[in-house]
Amino acid sequence: MALLVDKHRPRSLDQLTYHKDLSERLRSLAQSGDFPHLLVYGPSGAGKKTRIVATLKELYGPGVEKIKIDSRVFQTTSNRKLEFNIVASVYHLEITPSDVGNYDRVVVQDLLKEVAQTQQVDQSAKQKFKIVVINEADHLTRDAQAALRRTMEKYSPNLRLILLANSTANIIAPIRSRTLLVRVPAPTEAEICTVLAKSGKKEGFPVARELEMRIARESGRNLRRALLMYEAVHAQNEKVTNTTPIPPPDWEALLSVIAAEICAEHSPARILQVRAKLYDLLTHCIPPTTILKVLTFKLIPMVDDKLKAEIIRWSAFYEHRVRMGTKVIFHLEAFVAKFMRVVEEFEMDEGF
Amino acid sequence: MAGFFDLKARKDAAATNGSSSKAAPVKETNRLQPWVEKYRPKNLSDVTAQDHTITVLQRTLQSSNLPHMLFYGPPGTGKTSTILALAKELYGPELIKTRVLELNASDERGISIVREKVKDFARMQLSQPTAAYRKLYPCPPYKIIILDEADSMTQDAQSALRRTMETYSKITRFCLICNYVTRIIDPLASRCSKFRFKSLDQGNAVKRVEEIAQKEGVKMEDGAVDTLIRCSEGDLRKAITFLQSAARLVGAVGIQDKDEDSMDIDDDSNGKIVTVKSIEDIAGVIPEETIEKLFKAMQPKSKGLVYEAVSNTVTDMVADGWSATQVVTQLYQSVLYNDLIPDVQKNKITLVFSEVDKRLVDGSDEHLTILDLSLRISNILAGA
Repeated sequence: MALLVDKHRPRSLDQLTYHKDLSERLRSLAQSGDFPHLLVYGPSGAGKKTRIVATLKELYGPGVEKIKIDSRVFQTTSNRKLEFNIVASVYHLEITPSDVGNYDRVVVQDLLKEVAQTQQVDQSAKQKFKIVVINEADHLTRDAQAALRRTMEKYSPNLRLILLANSTANIIAPIRSRTLLVRVPAPTEAEICTVLAKSGKKEGFPVARELEMRIARESGRNLRRALLMYEAVHAQNEKVTNTTPIPPPDWEALLSVIAAEICAEHSPARILQVRAKLYDLLTHCIPPTTILKVLTFKLIPMVDDKLKAEIIRWSAFYEHRVRMGTKVIFHLEAFVAKFMRVVEEFEMDEGF
Repeated sequence: MAGFFDLKARKDAAATNGSSSKAAPVKETNRLQPWVEKYRPKNLSDVTAQDHTITVLQRTLQSSNLPHMLFYGPPGTGKTSTILALAKELYGPELIKTRVLELNASDERGISIVREKVKDFARMQLSQPTAAYRKLYPCPPYKIIILDEADSMTQDAQSALRRTMETYSKITRFCLICNYVTRIIDPLASRCSKFRFKSLDQGNAVKRVEEIAQKEGVKMEDGAVDTLIRCSEGDLRKAITFLQSAARLVGAVGIQDKDEDSMDIDDDSNGKIVTVKSIEDIAGVIPEETIEKLFKAMQPKSKGLVYEAVSNTVTDMVADGWSATQVVTQLYQSVLYNDLIPDVQKNKITLVFSEVDKRLVDGSDEHLTILDLSLRISNILAGA
């Protein structure tokens, strides 16, 4: 049984429900025959990938849906062997170079050159070029991006790239100026509601407007998350009504507990308790940035208005530290300690 | 069967087939070619807005003696174009292949390349052009080695060049191209005559963009050209790429594909014009109103209200997918040129900007960082 997200994923540009003008543009690009390199960016769950798959279908027809997974071995200069998975159809390849970390340059160079130097074999294919979709392009290293730069210009008759990224900040300027930037904004809450209602209808779920509204708000304009939440609610409850509570994910529930604990008592003993919980989260592979961010936004409503800016400031500070440092737990704990101190100091001042 | 032996008919068919298949790719490559390449200046006098450099070079062209050269300046000002145009004028299409070596340093750098490729080429003896050819082009008795993006060459590679430059100076001239002259080691810089390429001024850039737009049959809204130039910050290559993407996006090109002769008819074919908005879209520029809204949210109110307003605006901006670096750049502009903010506060604000920029480059979370930036600016504005 597939998840709702996959089951009702739009397969063609017609079926996409929001950002109509963007779909139209992609269609006209696909039909013009002169397809540029694309850099698609937007927050997660906005529908970047769905849109690109639909565009590929528009370009090549249903053949792109027959995909297979290849495993390839690359050799680095230091003779290390890299295993790398490629999702491919006859017409396109999909890679996630950040899987191999620092060696992404090797993959980008070898694989793309190989693709670029062979022409489309299928004579009846609609387009002469192949498309390579690069996921998480914002995690590519500088070297890999510089390697892309030449490849993009040199082999443009045989190869088009579609880069998917969450933000353009980490993409070097030469790449940005060589691609057509496509921004995919997150859907609005109303748009999420429509999608939920549509999915619900297909599944035969009872109509619950209020619930859909609430889910849309909770999801933070992330459609994937909204659909998953919607499904979770229906899976956990026999009868769903407008007032059915939306169960938060386990880790979010735990973070709420942590936030409450931190606020209740400011002492080293408490830090020790919190520490165990934070470790718990980390061992369950919750990214530290997410932990810090969600924790911050849970703490914010609990503190005095005057402190909010201060809390955000330290949160951003320690987030940066997490990014630069090696051991995550230090910085998470430091944030907790800092928070306690800031609140304590403020209360002292107020008291006198 | 009869047709099989009819040699003439087959030949004809082959000829037409051949010619059609030959014609098609040429047209296609022309169409697929980036406009940046297509409209690269063909000769020195075509190079826009670098009068001083061009006059000097043209004079050396006449005297047929060339010094080693070092071109430096911001990107998109015509450094590579100038040297390519010069090479073309000197050698013509035939000789240019054997007399010019262009090395792009972005992927082949390091000392081994300098030792092998550059040295081998520099050592090579000159081929003699025919007398007839020599009448058409000056064909001076030296080769040119172009080292593009020389500032990304390692120190070692640069010092390996030193002696090579002198030893083979009889038959080889070097042209180094870079963005930052300070990254070129002194011994190399002192061997070259330096040419500074200044950032393009408005007038020239506008003229060039309009010319290309007209040649490609792209119709542009009033003010679209100005937006284009503003977004590209004096970088002509960026401006032209933006123009091409914008034209593709709205489908304003494709007119020439049908027929070259129908040029005057298609003026009324459809209303597809490149608008200011579509250019801003492509350049990833955030609309003024959004920045304005954020700025308004930052204005001092009672503490709780500020936080609510700012956090809501920032959340919306992040959800809309605006890139954080762009937010920082544009917010910086709007704060810096705002006369209502006293200098003392501006001082403090720039400090915050510098820190935030560093964090973003290090890859911090965009949402938190922008929120922090906005709140701190708002704090400073409130006079804290």
